[in-house]
Amino acid sequence: MAEEEFTDINGNSISLECHTHSSFCKEFTVTSPKLSLRRVMVITCCVWLFAYAVFFFTANTAVLSSAIILTLVGMMVHIHFVKVDHETLLVIGSLGVQLSSSYASGRESTTFIEMSKLKDIVINEAIYMQSIIYYLCILIKDPVDSEKVSSVVPLFQSSKPRLNCLVEVYRSCQEILTESR
Amino acid sequence: MVLKIFFPQCCNTADSGLLVGRWIPGQNSAVVLAVVHYPFIPGQVKKYLIEIQSQTQVDLTVLGSWSMPKEGQEEMDSFLKDLSTIFPQRCWLQLSREIGKRGFACKVVQNKEKPLRCTEQKNGIDSSDEDKIVLVHYDQRKVMLSQLHPVQEVNQAEPEPSELRLVFQTVAQTQPLFFLDKYDDGPLKLTHWQSEGREGSIIAELLKQASGPVCTVLMWFLSLWLWFCSFRIFHVRPVVFISRKLSTCVQSGYRADHFKIVFSSKKAAIHMDFMRKANILVSFLVDIGLGLLLISWLYRENRISKLAETLVPVADELLEWLMGAPAGLKMNKALDQVLGRFFLYHIHLWISYIHLMSPFIERILWYVGLSASLGLTFALSVLSDIVALLTFHIYCFYVYGARLYCMKIYGLSSLWRLFRGKKWNVLRQRLFIGTLLFTILLFLLPTTALYYLVFTLLRLVVVLFQGVIHLSVDLINSFPLFAMGLRICRPYRLAGTALHLMMEINPLKCSSVLACYRTPTFSCYPKDSWVALCKKLFVGELIYPWKQKTAKTD
Repeated sequence: MAEEEFTDINGNSISLECHTHSSFCKEFTVTSPKLSLRRVMVITCCVWLFAYAVFFFTANTAVLSSAIILTLVGMMVHIHFVKVDHETLLVIGSLGVQLSSSYASGRESTTFIEMSKLKDIVINEAIYMQSIIYYLCILIKDPVDSEKVSSVVPLFQSSKPRLNCLVEVYRSCQEILTESR
Repeated sequence: MVLKIFFPQCCNTADSGLLVGRWIPGQNSAVVLAVVHYPFIPGQVKKYLIEIQSQTQVDLTVLGSWSMPKEGQEEMDSFLKDLSTIFPQRCWLQLSREIGKRGFACKVVQNKEKPLRCTEQKNGIDSSDEDKIVLVHYDQRKVMLSQLHPVQEVNQAEPEPSELRLVFQTVAQTQPLFFLDKYDDGPLKLTHWQSEGREGSIIAELLKQASGPVCTVLMWFLSLWLWFCSFRIFHVRPVVFISRKLSTCVQSGYRADHFKIVFSSKKAAIHMDFMRKANILVSFLVDIGLGLLLISWLYRENRISKLAETLVPVADELLEWLMGAPAGLKMNKALDQVLGRFFLYHIHLWISYIHLMSPFIERILWYVGLSASLGLTFALSVLSDIVALLTFHIYCFYVYGARLYCMKIYGLSSLWRLFRGKKWNVLRQRLFIGTLLFTILLFLLPTTALYYLVFTLLRLVVVLFQGVIHLSVDLINSFPLFAMGLRICRPYRLAGTALHLMMEINPLKCSSVLACYRTPTFSCYPKDSWVALCKKLFVGELIYPWKQKTAKTD
């Protein structure tokens, strides 16, 4: 159960945990930095000051209550749908691969990809805004022609680790995949 | 190679016995379906398996032995080892568990007498470096009831069917195996998800028995209606033309189609057919419910008469306003007078028609409102038809204005070419007259353009309103309510891709439910893109944005 510190592409620090259940089953968890309290307070204060200024000019209390409701709803939507706490990759040789993202509110969303549909796990390059980044992805076989790749599933999309972290995960995955073929 | 064993959760606490299941062909894995308890006679076990095999076409075998010894049963172990000689297999599994401990112990004996021992933790993963075993626990009832997406039928063979799909299919196909429960007096005692007693409900059984005769009666009514519709008089050209334009007739046609699907006495063979039938039936019932709700609201406080009273003055006002509106900008007086008189004459005709009808409107509305009992979609279609009929004059005005404007634009463009010297002069060297005509048409352009603009805007408003009604009718017709309800209430029945190592079923995303189970409709979506529409408006061509497609689209 090894835990190491890395950084993501924006410079924030993330941590990678490798749990080896057995010789053909490994689990990798990448944890993103938590929600920053200072940022939340700054945004809330800005919204409320603005609402108060509007109230000052229009004298309509609906502005204030709508600002409060908006902040609350926005916060709930953010932690339930947007803010990812950690992402997990579970590789079980000759059975399949399971990806799961767990959000800050506790919600978990999982996808399972069977070994027969999986062609390979590779590190790919992509143009993201103004830079070129590396990302780990799973190549899915075409159901008709097993040599072609029909789609690509990117991993660790919210945490976006850098190349050194990806290389570690890649090496461990390849060990398991080569054995199971 | 890793050996995968799918083990049902209900058998975790079963007494010792034989494991019955199936080896998945092509993969190194096995599905355990039930445990047969002591005491049993091997011959009867074999006979029972052959019987189930002939019923379900699934090749069941004895996979191995399961031992969970209670006190005083330690000699079972040696008995279990001898069983492998009675049921000769390529590979014999020996799963055992001790009371109080959470792990399973698992041994695989190959036919060549080479035992491969392994022990594993709770989640069933091996740590030795010989052959590895993965034990996957699954909830038998949920797997039996659920349908793995993307849907593929049993006879539609994939070149290499995936392992999970075979597991789901195996459990779903061996339903007769689960009919034997512990209250049966047969020679065999089994443990599976239903061994505590078969579930059933009297209401469900009664409904199933009653549905047969009810379907036949409704089919007879439907065939009567279809015979009525096939009379020669309904196939005369004008009637056919009108019925295609009136959305009420169109909607009743769809409903007749839907009923043919739902009430046919053939049982739905494949999953998609079953879901389609269920979706159509549920949408129809909800539709009728909403229609009755609408009726109860509409007829409550004498609303019908109020509606009728407001209708006639509104029609009047609209027409008067139409006359006043085009007189805003500075326009050519003579042309304005001509066009104005022309439209005014039409408006007077229309007003007199409405006034003729006004004593009957309330009665008509009352009876038409009753048609909402056939469903909300019917009421909406009738509303759309009424709007179309009441605004027929707007449609006429739009056609006149558009045609006039269109001719003007074409004339202008051809004379413009003449003006610039690019075209052969059709007036044969009378350049002066050509130029004169061009100038006249050009200065009359604002007047006609204004009339065209006003009428087009009015027509667009009406078209938008009708479009909204049609879209909502379409939505009610095609929305798969049954599938959505299944997804919300019993999420395991529509499975996406499953798996936790404790196998939990991942329900299908709601958007995939919608995409997969939409009832196909003749959708009346806009035929042209926005660019083409604007182009047509500018040139003056007539637009029919909500064209009905003749071929069914999903």
